[in-house]
Amino acid sequence: MTINTLNKNNTIIDFEKIRADFPLLQRDMNGKPIVFLDSGASSQKPQYVIDAMNDYYTNQHANVHRGVYRLSQEATDAFEKSRRLAQHFINAPSEKEVLFVSGTTDGINLVASSYGRKFLKEGDEVLISAMEHHSNIVPWQMACELAGAHLKVIPINDEGELLMEEFDQLLNERTKIVAVNHISNSLGTINPVKEIIEKAHAIGVPVLVDGAQAAPHMKIDVQALDADFYTFSGHKVFGPTGIGILYGKEKWLNAMPPYKGGGDMIETCTFEKTTYNELPHKFEAGTPDIAGVIGLGAAIEYVQQIGHEAIGQHEQELLEYATTELKKIEGIRLIGTAKNKASVISFLLDGSHPYDVGTILDKLGIAVRTGHHCTQPLMKRLGVPGTIRASFAFYNNKEDIDKLVEGVKRAKRMLS
Amino acid sequence: MSINEIQDEIIEEFDLFDDWMDRYEYIIDLGKKLPLIDASLKTEERLIKGCQSLVWLNAKQEEDKIIFTADSDAIITKGIIALLVRVLSNQNAKDIAETELYFIDKIGLKEHLSPNRSNGLVSMVKQMKLYGAALK
Repeated sequence: MTINTLNKNNTIIDFEKIRADFPLLQRDMNGKPIVFLDSGASSQKPQYVIDAMNDYYTNQHANVHRGVYRLSQEATDAFEKSRRLAQHFINAPSEKEVLFVSGTTDGINLVASSYGRKFLKEGDEVLISAMEHHSNIVPWQMACELAGAHLKVIPINDEGELLMEEFDQLLNERTKIVAVNHISNSLGTINPVKEIIEKAHAIGVPVLVDGAQAAPHMKIDVQALDADFYTFSGHKVFGPTGIGILYGKEKWLNAMPPYKGGGDMIETCTFEKTTYNELPHKFEAGTPDIAGVIGLGAAIEYVQQIGHEAIGQHEQELLEYATTELKKIEGIRLIGTAKNKASVISFLLDGSHPYDVGTILDKLGIAVRTGHHCTQPLMKRLGVPGTIRASFAFYNNKEDIDKLVEGVKRAKRMLS
Repeated sequence: MSINEIQDEIIEEFDLFDDWMDRYEYIIDLGKKLPLIDASLKTEERLIKGCQSLVWLNAKQEEDKIIFTADSDAIITKGIIALLVRVLSNQNAKDIAETELYFIDKIGLKEHLSPNRSNGLVSMVKQMKLYGAALK
């Protein structure tokens, strides 16, 4: 692999050169060099990932887990190699516990549906938080509706931090599962998931962690967290869209019924009775997104080559710089000021609608997200119609932030 | 003036602008000048919910014509509303239903009428035409 950031000893990262690995960052938007500050929605892809997928379709493609011929075996090997890469990426104890899903949304739906059918009964409670993405709200609402169970919500303070004493009160013998995000997509808050898991486990309640925003920014260790379920999307960790990982403890996955029926997930099938395949295949019905899986494996290799420590350090520098510089603009209000934050910065410009600011930034070649970020209940709690959100990845630099700050100033002049 | 005459007039006005900034400053200005819709008309049934911005649309029939008033919480959306109201309000219901709105594309604002933007404008135009079809 050639990473444009590594020196001869593969140690020092030159983040200024890293952009050369990402072909999309070389293009223009609205006639200006693109300033891509929406990696929280989806990150860009390094050439290494694009090449891996291209190579798969060019030289390796056959269906997996099915053929006796050599090509199918090669494709299966490449496919399963990605599973082991993902296993090490999150430090899962066993590759049987690492399922390929289409993304975080799919991972949560799988657990809500399968776990819900098996374990949720009338009067039970599912505990989520006030800063969840719709994809960690709606699947649980659906599961609760089916079972006659209730959805309970851990409230937050105005800074965008979970009220842990309220969590203690809400956690009780009716709670059947807790589902929280590791990092808030709208605010960047890093939640104390280890503490949540410890407390839930103390009364025998499992915890699902939505790791969509965490996986690109920090080292994930499902064993250190002792998470029961942990899920993230490939496209946010510099891999392709349509693929993601759901980690689940074997004891839960074995106890849960399959989510989808189809090929590859059966052991034997007759019209009278079907028995199911072992983990992880029990939850992987149908021909999988093989190219996506291989692309995700390549993305994990790429990220690990750089290392989460270097990534985290660079992104924290960007976050601090952006926070300081944006605060200097009169009329800026930061939304989400938790003590523990990842490289997401949500803000409002007094008197201006996020849509208007986003439109002008777009004209300046700056890609940010505006709106409610699929967290309508959170926006309601904070009393804002939405925010402007800039989210950084390791390929961003201070120049990007300078352009953002200039753009916001320009928007302010035009809109006021 | 007919709907198409007004569309052509707007296209001519926008031809005078050299760059996007001038165009947007003009639209922002239009947004600021658009008479506010009466607060009593900002009701749930007049609300068109976009993901990004909200739009309120009121229609009133006067003989064979329809009078539109509208509002939005975002100023650029409101400026584009001002143009749509200028083109479609006080026109014959049948003309509104059957018209093709080509000016938006010609003045370089097509992106604001794309479903990707989810700003309520696509639904608003659809709603205006539905009023036209219903009242013709």
